[in-house]
Amino acid sequence: MDYVIHLLILIGIFSILGLSLNLVVGYTGLLSITQAAFYGIGAYTTAILMRALGMNFFLSMLIGIVATIVISSIIGTVLSKFKDDYYALGSFGFNIIIYSVMLNWQGLTRGPLGLPGIGRPELFGLILSENGAFLILVIILTVFVFLLSQAITRSSFGRVLMAIREDEKVIQVFGYRTHSYKLLIFIVSAGMASIAGSLFASYITFIDPSSFVLMESIFILAIIILGGLANNKGAVLGAIIMILLPEALRFVGFPTEIAAQMRQVVYGVLLIILMIYRPQGVMGNYKL
Amino acid sequence: MSLLSTHKLKKIFNGVSAVNGVSLSFEPGKITSVIGPNGCGKTTMINLITGMMPFDDGNITIGEHTKIDNMPAYDVATYGITRTFQQPRLFEQMTVLDNILVVLTERNVFKSLFERHDKYHIDIAEKILRRVDIFEKKDNLAVNLSYGQRKLLEIARVIAMGERTDGESHILFFDEPFAGLFPEMVKLVSSILKELRDEGKAVVLVEHNMDLIRELSDHVYVLDAGEHLAEGTAKDVFSNRGVIEAYLGD
Ligand SMILES: Nc1ncnc2c1ncn2[C@@H]1O[C@H](COP(=O)(O)OP(=O)(O)OP(=O)(O)O)[C@@H](O)[C@H]1O
Ligand SMILES: [Mg+2]
Repeated sequence: MDYVIHLLILIGIFSILGLSLNLVVGYTGLLSITQAAFYGIGAYTTAILMRALGMNFFLSMLIGIVATIVISSIIGTVLSKFKDDYYALGSFGFNIIIYSVMLNWQGLTRGPLGLPGIGRPELFGLILSENGAFLILVIILTVFVFLLSQAITRSSFGRVLMAIREDEKVIQVFGYRTHSYKLLIFIVSAGMASIAGSLFASYITFIDPSSFVLMESIFILAIIILGGLANNKGAVLGAIIMILLPEALRFVGFPTEIAAQMRQVVYGVLLIILMIYRPQGVMGNYKL
Repeated sequence: MSLLSTHKLKKIFNGVSAVNGVSLSFEPGKITSVIGPNGCGKTTMINLITGMMPFDDGNITIGEHTKIDNMPAYDVATYGITRTFQQPRLFEQMTVLDNILVVLTERNVFKSLFERHDKYHIDIAEKILRRVDIFEKKDNLAVNLSYGQRKLLEIARVIAMGERTDGESHILFFDEPFAGLFPEMVKLVSSILKELRDEGKAVVLVEHNMDLIRELSDHVYVLDAGEHLAEGTAKDVFSNRGVIEAYLGD
């Protein structure tokens, strides 16, 4: 049972990450590969504040969101100067920069040693040390992010995002200041990713920079490409597939170490097959 | 009185003048045609006026003296200027209905977050789609439309811009709207252009078909190699020796 709960918690965290990235990549068509950086900023903010000040998890999560909003508005402004492939490369540069800061600002992050002993959330004197209780929190926040994503993508704002993805110049001719839309959705997306980071830090109770490397951003991208770009349910489906697949491999009888190594290969093969036969993902509305 | 005018507008691409000191003026309640051989700068002219590309010299004036020189496209739009594209540029992976709705909805970023496509907007959008006869396609993705239907959706978007409740467009550029349309669709589009004119819009028509120019134009400008060659009624310009030579020499 604990194993199932563990998987469900991971699915929730990665659903939030997938939903958040889908707003930028799937709906707005900006190939951002830096989501792990915002995930990491949320995680580190929670870890540092809870450890150093004994701050409440929820407050640390809110501060993490604020920090991510500030940093992502700077990154988003810089990225707005780029287009297409250059945008992707630029975004990936930011992931590397943030990762380096986590690794090298040792006074704050303890670098590669990581931050152990992060506490669990506490609500009205109730500590969610039980994984079952933690799962409920994860579900609540995942549903919240899902509903927020639905509200955004079904609004007039969401329709403009898709028009930007299709032809930014033309939607400008019809009177939309597209950079405001792109920046705002980038910031909202980063803020959501930071929620996932806070949850992750408090759940595992230990973080180090290796969880927020570029490869992790690519993993999140794979989730939405697989599940479906520009589809919120698709993002959740993608997270379910990507988390459960390696477990399935183990059940089929691969030894644990081989299953772990097979993971990357299987993801790669799966993505290639998908790009050939169904470029919009399992339930997506947009082809890259 | 002119709603929009250009004064000695100039655009140079790699040392070659695509538009070379052209002055045009467009009036409300009139269809003004801009004609000329291929490559004479008609589309470029529209690109300059709508803010899609910067120009090198000259002025664009709204009404008496509001200058909109080299303004970004989204600001130009607020002066009520809109256009179709000669090669349709639709929002391909969106439905036909969404292609229209996105033109009708709120322009303020924050307000748009709280706006849903309510019945009011859908009613207007559906009425426009019926008017250009692509209503049955409303739930199809634009990418799946035929060439003629794509041209009609281009026109529908411009009609939608003209019906926006917060700041309707009244200067409408149509860049070869008839190209590739079946005869009955040509009839439909020309009746739409006349209706827009009768509603008081300044309609600007770029077109190669002389019969349509004769039928629709209140005033005609002829461009040749980026320069103003002639102007007047269709009858005037088609009997102008210079114009005939420009076309025959093409
Ligand atoms: N973006 C661009 N870069 C370089 N040259 C351009 C560009 N756009 C147009 N031109 C050139 O400017 C000239 C005018 O082109 P334009 O498209 O305005 O002609 P047009 O009158 O619309 O022709 P047509 O009737 O074929 O549509 C052409 O020589 C064209 O090659
Ligand atoms: Mg042209």
